[in-house]
Amino acid sequence: MEPFTTLTAVAAPLPLVNVDTDMIIPKQFLKTIQRSGLGNALFDEMRRTPDGKDIPDFVLNKPAYKNAKILVSGANFGCGSSREHAPWALLDFGFRCIIAPSFADIFYGNCFKNGILPIALPQDQIDKLMDDAERGANAIISVDLEKQEIRGPDGGVITFDIDPFRKQILLNGWDDIGLTLRDGAAIDDYEAKAKLAKPWL
Amino acid sequence: MTRARTLYDKIWDEHLVSAAPGELPVIYIDRHLVHEVTSPQAFEGLRMAGRTVRHPEKTLAVPDHNVPTDKANRAGGIEGISDPESKLQVQTLAANAAEFGIEHLAMDDIRQGIVHIVGPEQGFTQPGMTIVCGDSHTSTHGAFGALAFGIGTSEVEHVLATQTLRMPQSKNMRVTVNGTPGPGVGAKDIALAIIGKIGTAGGTGYVIEYAGEAIRALSMEGRMTLCNMSIEGGARAGLIAPDEKTFDYIKGRPQAPKGGGWEQALAYWKTLFSDDGAHFDAEIVIDAADIPPLVTWGTSPEDVAPVTGVVPDPANESDPGRRAAKERALDYMGLTAGQKLSEVKVDRVFIGSCTNGRIEDLRAVASIAKGRKVAAHVNAMIVPGSGLVKEQAEREGLDAIFIEAGFDWREPGCSMCLAMNADKLKPEERCASTSNRNFEGRQGRGGRTHLVSPVMAAAAAIKGTLTDVRELV
Ligand code: SF4
Repeated sequence: MEPFTTLTAVAAPLPLVNVDTDMIIPKQFLKTIQRSGLGNALFDEMRRTPDGKDIPDFVLNKPAYKNAKILVSGANFGCGSSREHAPWALLDFGFRCIIAPSFADIFYGNCFKNGILPIALPQDQIDKLMDDAERGANAIISVDLEKQEIRGPDGGVITFDIDPFRKQILLNGWDDIGLTLRDGAAIDDYEAKAKLAKPWL
Repeated sequence: MTRARTLYDKIWDEHLVSAAPGELPVIYIDRHLVHEVTSPQAFEGLRMAGRTVRHPEKTLAVPDHNVPTDKANRAGGIEGISDPESKLQVQTLAANAAEFGIEHLAMDDIRQGIVHIVGPEQGFTQPGMTIVCGDSHTSTHGAFGALAFGIGTSEVEHVLATQTLRMPQSKNMRVTVNGTPGPGVGAKDIALAIIGKIGTAGGTGYVIEYAGEAIRALSMEGRMTLCNMSIEGGARAGLIAPDEKTFDYIKGRPQAPKGGGWEQALAYWKTLFSDDGAHFDAEIVIDAADIPPLVTWGTSPEDVAPVTGVVPDPANESDPGRRAAKERALDYMGLTAGQKLSEVKVDRVFIGSCTNGRIEDLRAVASIAKGRKVAAHVNAMIVPGSGLVKEQAEREGLDAIFIEAGFDWREPGCSMCLAMNADKLKPEERCASTSNRNFEGRQGRGGRTHLVSPVMAAAAAIKGTLTDVRELV
């Protein structure tokens, strides 16, 4: 996984609440057996007409946001299914950071497995960043994970919270499984005890 | 004396493997269900890292999302799947299960079905367990007093490799449903009423325990319907303390504890309840008698209204973000504010899914369908949740009632719950559906979904509009 340290990029506004995983990546794209190549399917049904033409009004079709790496959106982002295809599609499009007032649990956790930083902020700060993001190619926002700071185009600074362990995972690009296997002895111990206490399992 | 603990806290404590300072806790996972959509990349990850599956015997694989549900295609086995990508996913699951030594219920196995119906049916799901699956509706299994929740594919890989997960502990919410529901009101209406009240993000960060007289009165099937929808309220898991109904349901199932193991398990299961005085971070209380038969009118499961009511006016919504969402929803759904819901005409009816594809659901549908006919303009399908549900329904003669009434009686699978297979809505087609999500495009691009209970779906099929089932009982 690619480490996340700092990011300075265009932010795209998507001012909708309850952006669900079916919107982020419709099910017809879940049939792949790979992780890569899903960026083209991102927000497909909002981005294209049924016959596959780009809808010019949709934010990601506007030239100014073609290279956006930050997405600013509404509350309960990523609700719905557990499909990790949602963060895979965001990442493949180029997004490394999603900023919203709140996130659905499974989606939030999935982001960290893929080097994406999800940032939850109070609504008034989201409103400010949404305004910034509306400025198109000038909507350059900087995110510093180490300092837990966001800098807007006007230089204003917003700080954000993040679980310290998840922060380390992102900063270092660690492989979760490797980390857990390092504690293999604790799992062995647990299993030995459980075998005695709950033999029917 | 030990601290009073909630049911969730008890299961959490029991499964804690390690909690190193500054790290997320590691918890043990007792059972893992795997389906074809969210697992290929996990197995591929294992192969690339040269890792194995730590406990293949704690894992069960079954294809469900992509399987065709019409007889002709089904008879052809995997070869009968016409979409090459769907076919490849189902083949890949079979191959991965074989390679890693995992039990796999193939498409032509009578036990095949929707993963959340199969687990309980096989006795794979038991109280006090931690159960995961790369599928958000894993919350279903909480009906047995198991801590069950959906995970992403990276976590599927993590569980395969380590039989554990790293995650933060959730907060506790208790939803108490008192009283007795009126006629025509069931578990699905209770679930929709709760989501309507707390909103789709109301449960975010919580595990919900359902309690109260109306919950105790629910059958195991009804409890599964309710826990299934926990995720639609934002909660990762729902829990109901096990009782005699739970134990009776499990006893004698293929993977249930046997002999002395049963007694030992039972003694443990009986300790699984929230202690008096245990702390809940949030409490919701509802009276079942206040819940009418409900339908959704929008594109979020929180958009619920009594079937006797009208489409609400977004202008009454004070929050601008929510107002915009509701306006968008009405536009998508082709509805106008103030329109009577009972006058909304449906084109399709879908009865099935992990929410309402169990035998009790089908019996309820039959009670309404018997001696009646599906409206001429409606295409109504009934999709049993598993091969065993189908067999049971046919043994009881329910299939004959359905066919006589003009329903399409199909083979088991997820079917039109999410339209990854051949069953889907056409743009602007309107459907009364017993499934769990009415998101834009969920049942097919441009399709319009109204979530309802099984009896309400049956009533809609017969009348051809959204209908108050109480007119038919
Ligand atoms: S029936 Fe629907 S919700 Fe349930 S597992 Fe299948 S697709 Fe998911």
